[in-house]
Amino acid sequence: MNFRAFRAAFPQTVPVMAGYLALGVAYGLLMSSAGLSVWWTLLMSSIIYAGSGQFLAVSLLTGGASLAQAALLTLVLHFRHLFYGLSLISRFQGTGWRKPYLIFGLTDETYALLTAAPVPAEIPPQDFYFAVTLLDQLYWVTGSVLGSTIGTFITFNTAGVDFAMTALFVVLLVDQVKKQEDRIPAAIGLGCALLSLVLFGGGSFLIPALAAITVLLLAGRGKMERRVSPP
Amino acid sequence: MSGNYILTVILVMAVVTLLTRALPFFLFDRGGEPPKWICYLGNVLPPAMMALLVVYCLRNVDLTAGSHGLPELMGVAAAAGLHLWKGNTLLSIFGATALYMVLVQAVFV
Repeated sequence: MNFRAFRAAFPQTVPVMAGYLALGVAYGLLMSSAGLSVWWTLLMSSIIYAGSGQFLAVSLLTGGASLAQAALLTLVLHFRHLFYGLSLISRFQGTGWRKPYLIFGLTDETYALLTAAPVPAEIPPQDFYFAVTLLDQLYWVTGSVLGSTIGTFITFNTAGVDFAMTALFVVLLVDQVKKQEDRIPAAIGLGCALLSLVLFGGGSFLIPALAAITVLLLAGRGKMERRVSPP
Repeated sequence: MSGNYILTVILVMAVVTLLTRALPFFLFDRGGEPPKWICYLGNVLPPAMMALLVVYCLRNVDLTAGSHGLPELMGVAAAAGLHLWKGNTLLSIFGATALYMVLVQAVFV
């Protein structure tokens, strides 16, 4: 452990701290309102460690989703991680024993810090990357455990707090649509989801919808590739 | 929800999540380019997926009874509107959730 690296990394991680603590508390509250104990929260934040994935997990668990549904949805939700890894391959070379943890801890926000934050000249980059990644996970674990604990003591009416998950995905959708000029992928997603919901009902619409989305996106590849900007 | 079920779902999600993070390092650590169709999917899948997940979150809303999905519609509009206006993720999520909680607890009872 290089404590100077932590001291150098800390100021850079403050914005992530604010975000992870707040969103972590919201996630923890959601867990406790779903009747899931603080130990499950601690376990999820420790070994899954993915904000949108953990919000999704609450819904999967309370809805009694099958393991295949859980695996498929996690895969497509986290498909974007593949591209984070691709752009960090050379940066992570020579990080030694830290590398497995750096890869495990690659969230959206950590990726943004690792690629954008300047590494101070006197700190070895691998120590700086490790400090950023570990601090970010500590914020997330702290926030979510805090929310989960508060949730068990709370006396006011928390009905409707689960809407935080819907709001999170609406926000991510707006971000995606703003980033890409092309609205067609989002429209395909919405159309297939609604159609499948009407045809198959809430309990089993996911997998047909996912299949239809993938087929339509791949079928439209020639047309869309000319318009969508590269990642 | 049994403890075994919860644990299994968590483990499956942990493994798949780690897989999405680690795969590029296994496949391309010694150089090489990812296939074009993977890059294409990486580009177009996220917006489609987010739209699907919004629908997934709202799958149990009944348009024919109760409040006819009005609180949900207003909550989604608030989240999207706030986010287009201010672009602050936390503000959009907390603002829309607060509005929704007021709506289901005090307005549409």
